Amino acid sequence: MELLVSLGIGLMTAVGVYLMLRRRTFPVVLGLAMLSYAVNTFIFASGRLISGAPPVLMKDVTTYTDPLPQALVLTAIVISFGMTAVVVLLSLGAFLSAETDAIDIEKPGAREGGAAADRAG
Amino acid sequence: MMSHWIVAPIILPALVGSFVLLTLRHDLLLQRVAGLAGTAGLVFLALVLWAGTAGGAIESYELGSWPAPFGIVLVADRLAALMVLLTAVLGLMVLAYVTASGWDGRGRHFHALYQFQLMGLMGAMLTGDIFNLFVFFEILLIASYGLMIHAGGRMRLRAGVQYVVVNLAGSTLFLFALGAIYGIFGTLNMADMAVRVGQLPEGDIALLRVSAALLVLVFLLKGGLVPLHFWMPNTYALAPAPVAALFAIMTKVGAYSVIRVYTLVFPPEAAGTGTMVADILMPFALVTLALGALGVLAGGTLGRVTAFSALASMGTLFAAVAGFGPEAIAAALYYLIHSTLAGAALFLVVDQVRARRGTSALVPRAPMAGTGLVASAYFAAAIAVAGMPPLSGFLGKLMVLDALRDHGAWVWVWSAVLVGSLVIVVGFARAGSVLFWKAHDGATAAAEPPEPADRPDPAATSGWAMAALALPLVGVLALTAFAGPVHGQMRAIAAQLGDRAAYVAAVLGPEAGAGLATLTPDEDQ
Repeated sequence: MELLVSLGIGLMTAVGVYLMLRRRTFPVVLGLAMLSYAVNTFIFASGRLISGAPPVLMKDVTTYTDPLPQALVLTAIVISFGMTAVVVLLSLGAFLSAETDAIDIEKPGAREGGAAADRAG
Repeated sequence: MMSHWIVAPIILPALVGSFVLLTLRHDLLLQRVAGLAGTAGLVFLALVLWAGTAGGAIESYELGSWPAPFGIVLVADRLAALMVLLTAVLGLMVLAYVTASGWDGRGRHFHALYQFQLMGLMGAMLTGDIFNLFVFFEILLIASYGLMIHAGGRMRLRAGVQYVVVNLAGSTLFLFALGAIYGIFGTLNMADMAVRVGQLPEGDIALLRVSAALLVLVFLLKGGLVPLHFWMPNTYALAPAPVAALFAIMTKVGAYSVIRVYTLVFPPEAAGTGTMVADILMPFALVTLALGALGVLAGGTLGRVTAFSALASMGTLFAAVAGFGPEAIAAALYYLIHSTLAGAALFLVVDQVRARRGTSALVPRAPMAGTGLVASAYFAAAIAVAGMPPLSGFLGKLMVLDALRDHGAWVWVWSAVLVGSLVIVVGFARAGSVLFWKAHDGATAAAEPPEPADRPDPAATSGWAMAALALPLVGVLALTAFAGPVHGQMRAIAAQLGDRAAYVAAVLGPEAGAGLATLTPDEDQ
């Protein structure tokens, strides 16, 4: 089970990093989502992998699984979910106003003689 | 008695922010009143915390009365109180400028986002739990995303996407580091980690070093250190200038986190990590300083020049932090206060230049209205940021140089700081003469008057805005005039940071503190 989980985390991280290095916004957002799946699984595994054990105190049970990483994962999921929503909306806004979804931005001012871009700030 | 005051700096902005969002959405005037009153209240709370910790007491507050290390704790010591006070004061100054210049009316929900941003900052500085630090980082980041793209614009939105993507990647890295740390320590309470770091089995040392390195990577990303600085110049130059002034404290959160975590949990005398982090920090800090100085010289607009000067100041700050001795930390903290205030002042000057001239591009244009006043403010702020006498930048850099005199790499530090300062002075002088003096040359003075700014708001250049701009400069002056007492306070903070046992005892009880003291006999107990 350890091998399967660690391979899964590694694969998702690799995919996430690859997508995040792309030049368009959409793959980058997908890459971030992939990375957050990877890290959620990683945190879950940080409490050690024990299957079939309860996370809360029960009678006649001696082996427990660590409940804290599950709480941490829950927090991380909520935050990364919200952040993904923000970045999707933001990229949409940037795409609509700039008419391109390239991640790179030209040197501020390169396109319009220095003034227009700077005036935006 | 003291204890409930600790959580108040987090609760107050949360309440004010929600209140503004829920009930005052359509009334800018009431939003301003609520925002300013809330931030002024925050300054008061920060002063209470400061007074409560000035005697050297460390207070811990257990949220929901869950005992540490099982619940989440907030800890107020001298360092946390200093950072909270600095944040609150800067927040009030910048908010006064935003209100006076009408920036808050150029987009929606400025005041609510501002309060949430302050809440995240306060929480990050008060928390004693490293996962909670992550949560507060996310709160301050998500508010900063909104502030960053306030008032919109094509370039700003695209820079905003970059900023968000970089920080999301940083957050993911933070989570990886936290997962690894929990896997090793079995706890996320920083005091508990400080106790356990000396008791780890030999086999976990490699993992410990990896997680310490991952964690410092996250903090350096927030702090804008080379090679993780690439988000910073565009963000600072394209964010609304007053927001960039507030962001002056955001990079300092990275520096604060490094100071907190790497003096408490992974101090240089700990066996597992040793001086690893200090060794990573120092060269990259010096490269950051050099790169920032070159950027100041090469920036095509005053906005970018200022952004790169902020980068250079982070280089100086991290170089001092990398010293990790009490003297180095004291110098770093003094420089931290200085560079926050001076950087904020310079960003506000950039805003005035943009509002009066239409652009901050460094090309000769016809003179702007009120050149004399803006030029004087620029002069003062630039002297402070560059570190020329007589303002606090000079004193700060002097303290940094003095504290690192016995450091192994002192030749490099001194060369980088001194040559870097010279380059920054030249860069600022060049920018200032193009902006303020070339305008009065025969040819350009006769040229067409500056094209009207794309926001014809008369408030943007009003006397009130100039008065608010003067606030951080007054702060710099006060920091200069009272450099002796302030530096004394910073030394007291650094001494308290060196006493890990006291922190642990305050959070986990005296027995745990005593246990730590015997584990590391070289502590000054």
